[in-house]
Amino acid sequence: MAESDNIVVETAEKIFADLGDPQTINNDKKNSWQAPLWQALSEAGLPLSWVPDDLGGSGASLADGFALLNAAGRFAVAVPLAETMLAGWLLAQAKVTSPEGEMTVLPASPKDRITLDADGSLSGRARGVPFAKTTRHFAVLAHGKDGVSIALVDAAKARIESGLNVGYDHSDTVTLDKVQPVTLRAAPKGFDQTMMMLMGGVARSLQIAGALESMLDISVRYSNERVAFEKKISKFQAVQHNLARLAGESAAALAAATSAADAIANATSFDDEVYLEAASAKIRCAEAAEKGGAIAHQVHGAIGFTMEHILHRYSLRALAWRDDFGSESHWAVELGKLVASRGADELWPLVASR
Amino acid sequence: MTAALRFDPIRLPEKCEQLRKEVRAFLAEEIAAGTFDPHKPNREDTDVPEFSRKVGAKGWLGMTWPKKYGGQERSFLERYVVTEEMRVANAPTRRFFVADRQSGPVLLKYAPEHIKMDILPRICRGEICFAIGMSEPNSGSDLFAAKTRATKTDGGYLINGTKIWTSSAHIADYMIAIFRTSPPTKENRRHGLTQFLVKMKQPGIKVNPIGQITGQYEFNEVVFTDHFIPDDHVLGEVDGAWKQATSELAYERSGPERFLETYYVLTELVRAVGPNPDTRSAEGIGRLVAQLHTMRRMSVSVAGMLQAGKEPVVEASIVKDIGTVWEQQLPHRVRDLAAFVEETATNRETLERQLDFAIKTAPKLTIQGGTTEVLRGIIARGLGLR
Ligand SMILES: Cc1cc2nc3c(=O)[nH]c(=O)nc-3n(C[C@H](O)[C@H](O)[C@H](O)COP(=O)(O)OP(=O)(O)OC[C@H]3O[C@@H](n4cnc5c(N)ncnc54)[C@H](O)[C@@H]3O)c2cc1C
Repeated sequence: MAESDNIVVETAEKIFADLGDPQTINNDKKNSWQAPLWQALSEAGLPLSWVPDDLGGSGASLADGFALLNAAGRFAVAVPLAETMLAGWLLAQAKVTSPEGEMTVLPASPKDRITLDADGSLSGRARGVPFAKTTRHFAVLAHGKDGVSIALVDAAKARIESGLNVGYDHSDTVTLDKVQPVTLRAAPKGFDQTMMMLMGGVARSLQIAGALESMLDISVRYSNERVAFEKKISKFQAVQHNLARLAGESAAALAAATSAADAIANATSFDDEVYLEAASAKIRCAEAAEKGGAIAHQVHGAIGFTMEHILHRYSLRALAWRDDFGSESHWAVELGKLVASRGADELWPLVASR
Repeated sequence: MTAALRFDPIRLPEKCEQLRKEVRAFLAEEIAAGTFDPHKPNREDTDVPEFSRKVGAKGWLGMTWPKKYGGQERSFLERYVVTEEMRVANAPTRRFFVADRQSGPVLLKYAPEHIKMDILPRICRGEICFAIGMSEPNSGSDLFAAKTRATKTDGGYLINGTKIWTSSAHIADYMIAIFRTSPPTKENRRHGLTQFLVKMKQPGIKVNPIGQITGQYEFNEVVFTDHFIPDDHVLGEVDGAWKQATSELAYERSGPERFLETYYVLTELVRAVGPNPDTRSAEGIGRLVAQLHTMRRMSVSVAGMLQAGKEPVVEASIVKDIGTVWEQQLPHRVRDLAAFVEETATNRETLERQLDFAIKTAPKLTIQGGTTEVLRGIIARGLGLR
């Protein structure tokens, strides 16, 4: 729970505290908080953190951007900040300039594919695309005859069936039917959809870890306020042990997510070690969201089950984020296959590689 | 925010990787020479004195201690690498591990100079074995209920009472123990315990073996009858051992030994499923590897904190809690998945034999070194709940 010495994170935390406070947002039934928050984030250059200056962004480091996402998770903000950052990052891989405004990436699931036809148009379906309905542009990864391309697409050209995820945020199905992109470039050699999914998965891991930190925080605070049987419930050993377990899950999520972020930020390529870090983070953070969220609700009793209370803003989002960019089941199968193909005697060297 | 839990992503420096290669090469040679069998965690010969001396000769004992006591002045991270490689290879570390991890650091802090000069170099050479005498028949989790008395006499103390569950007491040369030097006070029930260096194999000490459910013999009852300990064997403050004992436990709680004790069944499962696992096996293995990787990152991070001179009591307790629960569940999860391993897998018998032993080992993992409940109490205190 960083007392941050990082200027990007400090700026973001100040904006979140002023304009994205979960309690205020939760009380605001008309969603009038969204525009001012997005505007402040944009003015600070945060949504395009990962886009170099010459491509229209603010050129922050990968590490700073990851720390920013962790902070965003602590506030469980429901604006497409992570999505726009990922989209900008993806476009920058092929030196495509980022436009202004909200963006999202597609596909958002390792199982979906967008194809590039010979005439330069894009077709395919992507499910579970976060915020597709409310963003202006999509950064798209597409498979063509000559390999992988990265495209900027005007959202108005796509068919969008809107949906909501478990956390009540937009998670939509996007269909592209021979859509001509605004810009299209070949992806750099070696870049593929798996890398994009791992990057998205690590972004979600940091958000989940942040949400868990906040769940721990508000649960500890609540237990020190709520009185039952003439005692603060924090004095009951059973409650203490539940909170100790929540602290463990929160710590595990944070450790896994920050380690994976650090691995990607310092990697020269997405080798097996980076794969281990990124896939593990998504798996472990998703498990922590399940276990930790259940404890946070248990400690809060019925009050935490109401729409009026802010707990759901963290708990349901953490659960929803499990599904984006490959669920833990997906990555577990893939990681298991990788481990098996390398062979039993290579497992420890892989785990102990750094 | 209430809880400042941080696990910085520490990376092991390059010199650790060099060291890791040396340790692996050494262990491979020892395995080839038949010193131990890495596939047999349940072997009867876990005490291998010549192996201890070879590890000492390599400079891998007391690695972080000052050179004048035989140490190497290397980092906690380097020690970490040696520990995990030994553990993963199922190397016979019983004879030296407690001395290296725990007893040595206690002596460094509290023993008089002539004792340090005498004992520490021998630990570094792998010549001597230590035991820990904290638990008593009616005092385990509640350390402060310990009753074994140390009564002041001419030039020292006379010890009467019983320690129990003392690992390696039957092969130990020394024990670091806590004894009652005066009754607890009304204000402070932690008062009145003192830490002593006990020389084993002396008159007035009887070691009685206790069998374990694994079929192994590892811990003991130790009965003291008018056993004499000289004054200069008092470690630290008379009546003030509680602080010393609890900080000693921090070393015991976050290392790789706290999640790797049953690791071998995972390797064996991967071997049994082969290079093209079915979806169920792949998913099971993937989850276990992700959990293992996460714990190791947390544990390395705590080693980094120790290296930086911090006292990560809560973080270490979290690692031990999650780590030991994991290593306890691991054999059972592997058993679930092993049900689908082909009859033809060449290592089927090894896997079954290992599972049998790991399942018998599992119950102790969340008890030794402080129970899960006690650890969660420490974490709760760290969260400001008590
Ligand atoms: C393999 C092995 C090796 C060991 N080696 C050594 C050694 O070398 N030296 C040594 O000194 N000891 C050793 N021990 C002992 C170990 O440290 C103790 O077993 C442990 O501290 C628990 O004490 P106990 O067994 O007396 O259980 P108890 O303290 O009687 O506890 C029984 C149960 O009650 C729970 N409990 C107790 N108090 C509380 C509380 N306040 N709140 C909630 N729950 C509570 C415990 O968590 C546990 O579940 C070893 C133990 C094992 C299993």
